[in-house]
Amino acid sequence: MATTTRFRTLKDMPTLDYLSPGNTLCAGCGGVLAVRIFHKVLGPNVAWINAAGCMTVTMSYPLSPMKSNWLYTAFASAPAGAQGVRDALDVLLAKGKLPPSEDLKVVVVTGDGAAYDIGLQSTAGAIDRRLDFYYLCYDNEAYGNTGFQVSSSTPFGSSTKTTPATTAFPLGNTTRKKDLFEVWRAMKAPYVATLSNSHGVDFLRKVEKGTGIRGPKLYIALAACPTGWGFDSRESIELEKLAVQTGIWPLKEAVDGVIRHTVVPRTLTPVRDYLKTQERFSHLFEPTEQTEAIEAIQESVNSYWKDVGAREGFDVKIPQGTHPKHPSH
Amino acid sequence: MKGKLLTGNVAAAAAARLARVDYIPAYPITPQTEIIETIADWVREGTMDARFTQLESEHSMMTAAGAASLAGARVFTATSSQGMLYAIEMLYNVSGWRAPMLLVNVSRGVEAPIVLEPDHNDVLAARDSGFLQFHSETCQEVADLVLFAYRVAEDKRVMLPAIVNLDGFYLSFTREPVVLPDQQAVDHFLPPYEPVSPLRASKPVSRGSSVFEGFLYSYFRYNTHAASLRAKEVFNEAAREFEGLFGRTYGPVEGYMLDDAEYVLVMSNSFTALGRQAVRRMRERGVKAGLLKILMVRPFPSEEIAALLRGRKVVAVFDQNLAPGSGGIFYPEIAGALYHVRGRPNAILPVVGALGGKQITAKEMGAVFEEMMAIDRKGKTPSPMFLMRADEMTRVKKMLSVAEGVR
Repeated sequence: MATTTRFRTLKDMPTLDYLSPGNTLCAGCGGVLAVRIFHKVLGPNVAWINAAGCMTVTMSYPLSPMKSNWLYTAFASAPAGAQGVRDALDVLLAKGKLPPSEDLKVVVVTGDGAAYDIGLQSTAGAIDRRLDFYYLCYDNEAYGNTGFQVSSSTPFGSSTKTTPATTAFPLGNTTRKKDLFEVWRAMKAPYVATLSNSHGVDFLRKVEKGTGIRGPKLYIALAACPTGWGFDSRESIELEKLAVQTGIWPLKEAVDGVIRHTVVPRTLTPVRDYLKTQERFSHLFEPTEQTEAIEAIQESVNSYWKDVGAREGFDVKIPQGTHPKHPSH
Repeated sequence: MKGKLLTGNVAAAAAARLARVDYIPAYPITPQTEIIETIADWVREGTMDARFTQLESEHSMMTAAGAASLAGARVFTATSSQGMLYAIEMLYNVSGWRAPMLLVNVSRGVEAPIVLEPDHNDVLAARDSGFLQFHSETCQEVADLVLFAYRVAEDKRVMLPAIVNLDGFYLSFTREPVVLPDQQAVDHFLPPYEPVSPLRASKPVSRGSSVFEGFLYSYFRYNTHAASLRAKEVFNEAAREFEGLFGRTYGPVEGYMLDDAEYVLVMSNSFTALGRQAVRRMRERGVKAGLLKILMVRPFPSEEIAALLRGRKVVAVFDQNLAPGSGGIFYPEIAGALYHVRGRPNAILPVVGALGGKQITAKEMGAVFEEMMAIDRKGKTPSPMFLMRADEMTRVKKMLSVAEGVR
């Protein structure tokens, strides 16, 4: 990566916070942590443009944990709100009605429900128009704020409140997770990246990199969700780390369409080690193990890494057999 | 009247330019499209100093409009029919944000079935959104009300978004003489927009925050209501100044031949011209007919309506809209305005007509007055009139039988 980065080790994480502690989100929320780290890199002059989701409830009138600007729009159109704010600032700056010191970085922040589903149309419009903005999607792979219903980001095999695992439907959700990274890349966004709170330096550098790129920039941050996924809130970071180590959550970026994996798990940890940690996948193991489903998940991870390894010139050691005698990681 | 021959659409665009609008988020829909095409031309030619962005839907267009207004830009946009319906979620948001932008609606009936010509179900779908609403009868009113709308919406006592309505086809594509005020006078009437708590680096703000308790929500909602009510006095102040500057003016309502009128027709928008014609015709026959035009729909000018309708024998409310299962939308509002008034009219006749731009003949208008007189004479309870002529029904049947024959 560029030699000009401010971020070499986790100790380079800026100490200044623009998101105060004591907000209204759940303990262990990966989403709010991603917002907090993101903000550290961008600095104070930000306009957050929000769509309905968990972050919406952090702004509880007349209080705000945010030391920057915030605008809640609606579920479907946060990118259009970003367009309005960016255009207004640009025209006021151009007319000399606003000093350059008042300029703001415009950042859309939504969950996966808005980013993958209801807001995709307004997102596509903003990308087509080459709007200069950041889109931070905290991805907890379901509609978390309404109690965990399936979204098009929900992975295969996850049970949700609207795709519960039952005797007749033993797998829970049977559709594959939408590849939002590729959707943005196909629309020629100049920068697209995935993030994990467990890989702080990678996270910081990617946000830093985006500050030098004009146009639409997407960041999909894995957002471990203790209440929705069903795990102890103290495990959030460990769980996100496991998602990266198993290869389920690839850390990558695409600059002008060219993909590079920024963290390569040289030896993939078996996916079952990740799946077993969470209530949303428990039906794959109890009362009887659904080996075929677990192997299908493993196989899709394996083929992903074989594919990108061949393309980018690295080797990833895939797990041998998906029936390890040592289920604990 | 001297003036340039302009369509209602071009009059709206010209007024937006005179208002020194900063930002136009847009999305095409018939019959509004000429407005945004005209503005796009001017911006690209460099004769209008503004930023024009075409969005990918009316929902996004309204989101961008409200957000830009909160960031400090004077914002103009336009829509019609389905576009209004598609945007409606954001209308409620934008008024809740107290973002004083202007939306011009060019009325067109709503689907299904698809139709191109006007009635007011589109703009009245926004009736309860918190937007101020001013409805125009002529192309001159379109231009003037755009200026009024900014002046009132941006007043610190109001700070609410506004809609100016004009009828598709009858105004949008009809050239009428329009006197465009000169820029200097407009600048005097309409000072630059001063946003309240805009999004700024030096003084960050949170807008659209959540409230989780009913009492806080009620606080916001009552504030919006109070601001809307204050808009009437602000409008009247503006009207006095407008008259001094331009020699013509407007009120929340306008009476026509009302002095001794016993039978009064209540109307809005461009079909009011047909109402005026009907009144003149009735007067020629010696009937004491009159008309009340409603220009300001939100806030609803109940006091002015009550003052002008008290003492009349019978009033007919002409609704160019339909709330299926209820009737016309204005009717209950007018009835509500009159209920506690001493000397209220003996009867209020609900009339629904001109849906989808259906032509209204002099005979139909005459029938409305005849019905008002019959109600008065016989002391009977009015039953709603739905205007549709026998010859029109014959045409429907003929078309159906032709289609049947083809099959």
